[in-house]
Amino acid sequence: MVKVRRSENRSGYLMVLPYAVYFLVFVAYPLIFSFVLIFHRWNIVTPMEFISLKNFVRLFRDELFFKSIINTLIFLSIHIPLQIVVALFFANLLNQNVKLRGFFRALYFLPVVVSGVVVTILWQQLYAYETGLINQILSNSGLRKIPWLISPELAMPSIAIMATWKNVGLYIVLFLAGLQSIPRELYEVAEIDGASGLQKFFKITLPLLNPTIVLVVVLSTIGGFSLFIEPYIMTGGGPMNSTLSAMLYIYNQAFYFNHMGYAATLGFFFATIIFIVVFLQRKFIEREVY
Amino acid sequence: MRNKFLTYFILVVGAVVFAYPFIWMVFATFKPEFEISNLYPLSKNMSFKNYSVVFGKIPILRAFFNSLFVSLSITFSVIIFGSIVGYALSRLNFYGRDFILMLILFTMMIPFQITLIPTYVLIVKLGLVDTYAGLILPGMMSSFSILIFRQFFLTIPASLIESARLDGCNNFQIVFKIIIPLSKPAVVTVGILTFMSSWNEVLWPLIVIRNEKLMTMPQLVTIFVLGGQAESQLGVQLACATLLALPIVIAYLFFQRYFIESMATTGLKE
Repeated sequence: MVKVRRSENRSGYLMVLPYAVYFLVFVAYPLIFSFVLIFHRWNIVTPMEFISLKNFVRLFRDELFFKSIINTLIFLSIHIPLQIVVALFFANLLNQNVKLRGFFRALYFLPVVVSGVVVTILWQQLYAYETGLINQILSNSGLRKIPWLISPELAMPSIAIMATWKNVGLYIVLFLAGLQSIPRELYEVAEIDGASGLQKFFKITLPLLNPTIVLVVVLSTIGGFSLFIEPYIMTGGGPMNSTLSAMLYIYNQAFYFNHMGYAATLGFFFATIIFIVVFLQRKFIEREVY
Repeated sequence: MRNKFLTYFILVVGAVVFAYPFIWMVFATFKPEFEISNLYPLSKNMSFKNYSVVFGKIPILRAFFNSLFVSLSITFSVIIFGSIVGYALSRLNFYGRDFILMLILFTMMIPFQITLIPTYVLIVKLGLVDTYAGLILPGMMSSFSILIFRQFFLTIPASLIESARLDGCNNFQIVFKIIIPLSKPAVVTVGILTFMSSWNEVLWPLIVIRNEKLMTMPQLVTIFVLGGQAESQLGVQLACATLLALPIVIAYLFFQRYFIESMATTGLKE
């Protein structure tokens, strides 16, 4: 075992060769080229023009870009807590001794497999002010209609609710797996000591679910930072740029205005933010599980 | 007893919340425009009119086959290359193996936002805008899938591989004749995850495809709904959304357990 056979060396290299090629072409080259792009002005048609740090100067003065980042953070700050609470709630119900558990789990999971395009077109109807399903139910029960997508204050929260509806099934499944890995004896011992249901939840369930919570937070953060197709179809970024996500703004800069150098700079800067946010999340949420 | 009842009640409410919108959508596509906003799913005036408008205006069938071709190519490639590379990384000793493994882990940490635009530029330079290759090539390998395969292959007994080698199999034969047939769970997981994500992918097609004939299904539906061709007719918009959802929902009905189990392994990503 210790001695490396020469033939293994050769076939090893041969077999990882496809990945090496892929890595060079679709990972290393784009990464290096993004470092070149951020120092240039370029519309893809005419030759590149070196402008040193002007893209960054422009970025730091670009109020709309920072608004789009804040919009994305607003989205995340609603989406993630909502996602965790709803997913934990349903996972707890399903973890009890219920019949048809698989059936319910499969239904809750349905929106996860369906394309975001379908979900967005569907919810556009549900959210419509006059004819939308939700407002009809509200006004039938004597409540006031809600301007889901029309109001600049509500539009982004509305999209966050829709995204939660779409993704929460996945997190229910992840939490359910986490819950089932907690040893029954822990609860039994707590019951003997006279712990209440709430105490058991906060002293046993929540701490032991920490790895799953970290996972859910990180996954939905990365997903949330990629928010694009929902506002692209639903609102086009409006009203008053309130749903302009950072990805939508970068997309517009690159493929609507053809500002390749600037868009690459925005992408670079935005990726750095994502990196830092995910790093901080892990640092502050992750706990040792005993 | 009351507690049990409450549990089931909430579970049923949840089921309605997650599933009823889809049911409502399917029924709405058969209704005339003025009845769509009715909460009740049925109507006396049901017809296929909205669907005939969709089929008349956009090459949706062609888009379906484009999506199918692109997604299957990507899935096939990810499985084949993923298992070859995964095998080398788990079962062969060669100099630099750990370095390659590190590269793969590093690749998984890069947010796609940083490589999106340079990759588009690369596709332009290679002359692959408006080609199937432009859609397929960037998705042909996946770091995550390589790691799933590597993890799984580590559990296969070394004696099986050793005896195949004594029978004169080379490493490629070992992968295709011994390893892959023994690794069905990993192949199913990677297959479903890859197929689903490439079937539902819409940002990349929007960027590299402009020719209507080459558009994938989610892209064509997006452009149809946004571009005013649907003339803001709700029924028509919902009809093409339904057509887009149909293939994956049918697949989900049959392989529901595998879908859920595969998606749950995204947990391993961290």
